[in-house]
Amino acid sequence: MTSITLRVNGKQVTASVEPRLLLVELLRENLHLTGTHVGCDTSQCGACTVFVDGASMKSCTMLAVEADGREVTTIEGIAAKDGTLHPMQAAFKECHGLQCGFCTPGMVISSIDLLKRKKDPSEHEIREWLEGNICRCTGYHGIVKAVQHCAKNGGAGAVGDATKKESTNA
Amino acid sequence: MENFVFHTPKTVADAVSTRKGTSGGKFLAGGQSLIPVLKLDLAQPTDLVSLAGLKKELSYIKVEGDELVIGALTTHADVAGSDVVKKIIPSLAVLASGIGDAQVRNRGTIGGSVAHADPAADYPAAILALDATIKTDRRTIKADDFFKAMFETALEDGELITEVRFKKPEKAGYLKFNNPASKYAIVGVYVAKYGPNVRVGVTGAATVAFRLPDFEAALAKSFDPKVLDGIKVSEEDLVNERDAKADYRAQMVTVFAKRAVEAAH
Amino acid sequence: MLEAKMGQPIRRKEDQRFLTGKGQYVDDLKRPNQTYAYILRSQVAHARITGIDISAAEQMPGVVAIFLGKDVEADKIGTLPCGWLVTGKTGPMVEPPHPMLVTDTIRHVGDSILMVVADTKDQAKAAAQACVVDYDMLPVVASIAAARAEGAPNVWEQAPGNLCYDWEIGDRAATDAGFAKAHKIVTIEITNNRLVPNAMEPRAAIGEYDSGTGDYTLWTTSQNPHLIRLLMAAFTLHVPEHKLRVVAPDVGGGFGSKIFHYAEEVLVTWAAQKVGRPVKWTCERFESFVTDAHGRDHVSTGRVALSKEGDFLAMDFDTHANMGAYLQLFAPSVATYLYAPLLGGVYKTPAIHVNVKAYFTHTTPVDAYRGAGRPEATYLLERLVEKAAREMNMDSIEIRRRNMITTDMFPYQTPLAFQYDTGNFQATLDMALEAIDYKGFEARRKEALGRGKLRGLGFSTYVEACGIAPSAVAGSLGARAGLFEQATVRVNPTGSVTLFTGTHSHGQGHETTFAQIVADQFGIPMENIEHSHGDTAKTAFGMGSYGSRSLPVGGSAIIKATAKVIEKGKKIAAHMLEADVADIEFKDGNFTVKGTDKAKAFGEIAFAAYVPHNYPLLTLEPGLEEQAYYDPLNFTFPGGTHIVEVEIDPETGVVKVVDVAVADDVGTIVNPMIVDGQIQGGLAQGIGQALLEEAAYDEDGQLLTASFMNYTMPRAGDFPFFKVGNHATPCTHNPLGVKGVGECGAIGVPPAVINSVLDALWSLGVRDMSMPASPQKVWRAIQEAKAKGTSADAE
Repeated sequence: MTSITLRVNGKQVTASVEPRLLLVELLRENLHLTGTHVGCDTSQCGACTVFVDGASMKSCTMLAVEADGREVTTIEGIAAKDGTLHPMQAAFKECHGLQCGFCTPGMVISSIDLLKRKKDPSEHEIREWLEGNICRCTGYHGIVKAVQHCAKNGGAGAVGDATKKESTNA
Repeated sequence: MENFVFHTPKTVADAVSTRKGTSGGKFLAGGQSLIPVLKLDLAQPTDLVSLAGLKKELSYIKVEGDELVIGALTTHADVAGSDVVKKIIPSLAVLASGIGDAQVRNRGTIGGSVAHADPAADYPAAILALDATIKTDRRTIKADDFFKAMFETALEDGELITEVRFKKPEKAGYLKFNNPASKYAIVGVYVAKYGPNVRVGVTGAATVAFRLPDFEAALAKSFDPKVLDGIKVSEEDLVNERDAKADYRAQMVTVFAKRAVEAAH
Repeated sequence: MLEAKMGQPIRRKEDQRFLTGKGQYVDDLKRPNQTYAYILRSQVAHARITGIDISAAEQMPGVVAIFLGKDVEADKIGTLPCGWLVTGKTGPMVEPPHPMLVTDTIRHVGDSILMVVADTKDQAKAAAQACVVDYDMLPVVASIAAARAEGAPNVWEQAPGNLCYDWEIGDRAATDAGFAKAHKIVTIEITNNRLVPNAMEPRAAIGEYDSGTGDYTLWTTSQNPHLIRLLMAAFTLHVPEHKLRVVAPDVGGGFGSKIFHYAEEVLVTWAAQKVGRPVKWTCERFESFVTDAHGRDHVSTGRVALSKEGDFLAMDFDTHANMGAYLQLFAPSVATYLYAPLLGGVYKTPAIHVNVKAYFTHTTPVDAYRGAGRPEATYLLERLVEKAAREMNMDSIEIRRRNMITTDMFPYQTPLAFQYDTGNFQATLDMALEAIDYKGFEARRKEALGRGKLRGLGFSTYVEACGIAPSAVAGSLGARAGLFEQATVRVNPTGSVTLFTGTHSHGQGHETTFAQIVADQFGIPMENIEHSHGDTAKTAFGMGSYGSRSLPVGGSAIIKATAKVIEKGKKIAAHMLEADVADIEFKDGNFTVKGTDKAKAFGEIAFAAYVPHNYPLLTLEPGLEEQAYYDPLNFTFPGGTHIVEVEIDPETGVVKVVDVAVADDVGTIVNPMIVDGQIQGGLAQGIGQALLEEAAYDEDGQLLTASFMNYTMPRAGDFPFFKVGNHATPCTHNPLGVKGVGECGAIGVPPAVINSVLDALWSLGVRDMSMPASPQKVWRAIQEAKAKGTSADAE
C-alpha cells in the first residue's frame, strides 16, 4: 500500500492505496464522489473525465498514486460552494445539453477545459475537442449549443470555489 | 490489473537505476497507452517507475540551431499549443493536436508515445519524416534506426528517452485518416522537404512506421502531389484488417501523401 | 394566474442533480457489507460443457461463493421468459428455455457459465478467471444465411432448420392481383445491420435480502421495474411479489436495452439470500457488448408493383429476422407486429403482404432497440420507394407525393391491420424540403463537385406505431401482458403534489414534462410538484417506458388521475362554499361557484381534505389522492419526413453528413425543448446505424466489434446541427393529443442517409449501398463501379 495526499475539490485527502488503484476508483469507491462515471473499459467514453491540476484527464487512465500531491476537481467541485451552477453547467441546462446525465460530468469538464484554452471556439473546434466524450442521448446537438452559449455569455469562468483557491495559491 | 511496485524517482539517473533494479519493470510517463494495456491485463509489470518526478527536468520545447528540441515528458497538448513549435515546424503542432483526444493530449507525452511505438500512433511518422534524433539516458539514436517492429524499438531494456530532436524542414505537412471507432490512424503520412531531399514517414498502414523511398525520390524531383499519382504502394506489408484492408490502406497512403504535400508549409 | 406550462420549453428539473454529480445510478449505490459478483461468460459461441472445476477458485482470497447452473436449477429458479407468443402459419413459435447460467450447452459468446461472489470486485473477477471450464466445441451458425443453409447445425433441436416461426400478414390474393397488373415491378434486397444499443451507463444490479422480514430488494438499471418484479415473482425467482421491491433509480439511458429481464437481476437477488449479504454486479463494457440484447438484424426482399403512372398497386415483403440464441422478452413481436404493419408507411398502397421468418443463431439475442421493428420497416420501404423512383425515371419527391395518404383519408385503414387516426404527411414533406433548401441543392452539388466532392440528397418518410399498446389488441396478437399505464396523484395537505408513475425516466425528462402537465391541470407552480418513479415500493404499478409510450399512455393516466382529483375537489368546494356541485367550476387553481366571486383555492381544498373540520364526511372520504389506469384505445401514429444531405470524398470514401432537416408529427407537444432533444438523439442513433455502427460476427460467432475500439460510437464530430421541425396533428384518441417522440429520429433517418449516399454516387454508377456506409465500403463501391464502367453516362 502507498500513502498519498492530494486535494480533491479543495479538500486535502490522505489515503492508503494499492498502486494499481485507478484514480476513478479512488474517487468513486474511497471518497464516494460518484459523480465521476465509468462507461467503458478502453479509455474512450470520457465519462470519468476530471480536472487534474487544471487540465481535463480521464480518471480511468490514471493511477491514484499518480495523483499524489495534485489538485483534483470532480464534477462535485465545479459549482460554487453556495450551489450556484458554474456557467458551463448552467449552459448545459439552458441548452438541453444532457438527457440521461451519465456522460454529463465528463462532458461538462471537457467543455470547460476547451473554453479555458480557447475563448471562442468554432462549432468545428467544439465538435473535435469533444471527441473523447461519448454521449448516446443528445446527438451532441444541445451539448455543442451549450458550449457556444457559454462562450458567448462570458466564458467558462473559474471552476468552483475550490479551484479558485488553488489558483490564488499558484 | 495485477499489482506492482510503484516508484517515484526524482532524476533521470534515479529513474534509470530504479528501473534497472526491477525484474520486469516499466517506465510510466503519461500512461495513456500503458494504463489501458494494464487495465486489459495485456502486460503485468512487476514495477512501474513513474517519471512524474522528472517533469521539471524533461518537459521543455526549445530551438537549438536547426533543430526543434522537445523534452520527453512534454505533453501532446504542450506541443500542440506551443508557439515555438508552430513557428519552427507548424505541421508538428498539427500532428500533436490530433493525437488521441483532448484528455489524452493533456496527459500523454512525446517520450512515452515514441517509446511505446504503437504502429498506429502519430509521432512515428514525424520521427521518420523530420529525421529526428532520439536522445536517451545513454546515447542518441537516429530515426531510421529507431522503430523495429510493432511495439518494438531500438531502446535497450531500461533505456529512457530524454529528448527528441527534430530537424527543421523547409516545409512539411502531416495528414492522417482515422479509424472511426478507435480514432487511431489507419494511415498517417508526414512529408518533409529538406532542400533537394524529401522524407516521407508513414504510420498506421503497417505494423511499424516506415519511409517511402519511391515517394521521396519523386517528390525530391518535384514537390508536387501529382508526381505521386503513378507510384503504386505495395500492399504486401500493410495491415489487412476488416476495418481497412491492405488495398484500401495502400490507396490511402497515396491519397494522404498527396494531401500532406498540398498542406505542407 | 399562472402562465400555462404546456407547450413551453421549460428547462429540466432533473438537470440540477445530473449537472452537479448528484445523480444516483445503481453503480453509485453501496449497500452495507456488500459483496461483488462477477459472471464468467463464454468465449466461444457453441460448445458442450464437459466439466467445470472451481476447486482452485474456491480457495482464492475473498471468495464467498461460486454458483453454477446446477445450483440455480436445484433451487428451482425459472428460465428467462419471453413476453410475446407469435403464432405463425404452422403454429406457435419455438420457445426454447433461456437459463440464467447454462448447465450443458453454450449457445453464444457471452452466454453465462457461473457466478463468483467475493468481498471485492477484483477478487470475484480473479476467481472467475481461475475457474476451469472444459468443453467440446460444436459447429456454429452465426448469421441468418448460415442458419438457413442446407444441413446447418441446429441451435435448438426443437427448431429444425433453426426456424423459430414463419409468420405472415396481409392479403396474399389481393397482393398477387396487384402484381398481376403491374406496369413495372421493382425489387430490392436489403440487410438491416445488427446494432449494439450501448447506453452509456453499463447495466448493474444489487440484490439484498433481509432475513428478519424475508424481504428482497433489487436495485437495477431498468426501464420498467414493476415488470421486472412481476416476472421475477411469477416466472424466475419465485418469491412473492409483495416480498420483493425493485428499484430503478437514475438510469443512464436505455434505448430498449434495459427493458428486458436479465439473468443478473435474478442471480444477485437469489445469491443475496444464499450468502446473507448484499450482492452487487456491474457490467463491464466488454460484457455489455455480448450480453445486452442487440437490435435489428434482418435480411429482406421487397417488391413493389407500379402502374404506368407510378402508383403503388401492391407491395410484397419477405423478411428473415435473426433472433439470436434465445428469445428475449419482446423479440418475437419486434420482427412481426412492431415491424410488418408499418410497411404500409405513408402510402395508400391497396394491397400488401409480408412474410417474416425468424431464425435462431449462435449470437447474442436480439430485442427492441430504439424504434424496434419500425426502423427496419422504414428502411426497407423507403429504399424500395427510392429505387422505384429511379427505375421509373420519376422524381423522388413526386413518387412519394403521388402515393401519399392525404389528409381527407383519415382515419385511414391500412391493408396491414393498423388504422391511422390522423396525420398530415404532405405538410411534413413540405416543411422538410423548405428547411433543407431543396431548391438550392443543385447549386450546392455543383459547388461541391468543383472541390472534387460528391453531394447527395436523400429522402425518407415514415409512420410509426407508438403508445404501446391497447391491451386487448396486443393480447389478441400474442402479448402476455397488459400494456396500460398507471399514475397516482397525491395532493399533500399543504397543497403540493407528489406524482407517482409507472413509467420510468432514463433521460426523457419526465420529471419536467409530467410536472408541466400537472401544473396546468391544477394551476399550481411546477416547483410544488415532485415526480416519483422507478420504485415498486412507492408506485403502485406500471408497465414502464419503451415504445414511445410514456406520454401517450402514461401521460393519459396522469390526466385521468388529475381529473379525479378535480372532481373530488369540486365536492369538497361545494360543501365549503355551500353550493351545488354542479355549480362548481375549477379554473386557474381556484374552485368557484359559477356566476359568483365565491372561491376556494386549490391549496385550501387540499388542506380541508386532510383537516376535515368543515367537510362532507358523511358522503366523502377525507384525503386527496387519486389513482388512474389508462389503457389506450389505439396505437398512436407519429410520422414525418427526413431529408439528409451528404458530401462524399471519392478519394477516401468518407461520407460527411452536411445537413439534416426533419419534420415530424408527434402530436401535441408538451415541452418542445425535450421533444427536439429526443429527435436529435434519435437522429444520431439512426445516422450511426447508417454510417458507423455494426455488430459484426465472424463465422465462428465471435463478435468482431466488441468494444468502443472497433464498434464506432457516433461522436460530436460526426454530425452537423440538426434542423428539427414539427407539424402537429393531435392524436384523436388520447386526452393530451400526444403521439410519442422517443423513437422517430432513429426510425426515419437511416434510409434518408443511404438514399443520399446513393444519390451522390449515382453518377459514378454505384447502384447499391449497405449500412453502415463506412469509408472503406463506399470507396470500394466507387472502385467497383469504375471498373465496371457503369457510369450514368454509359447507360
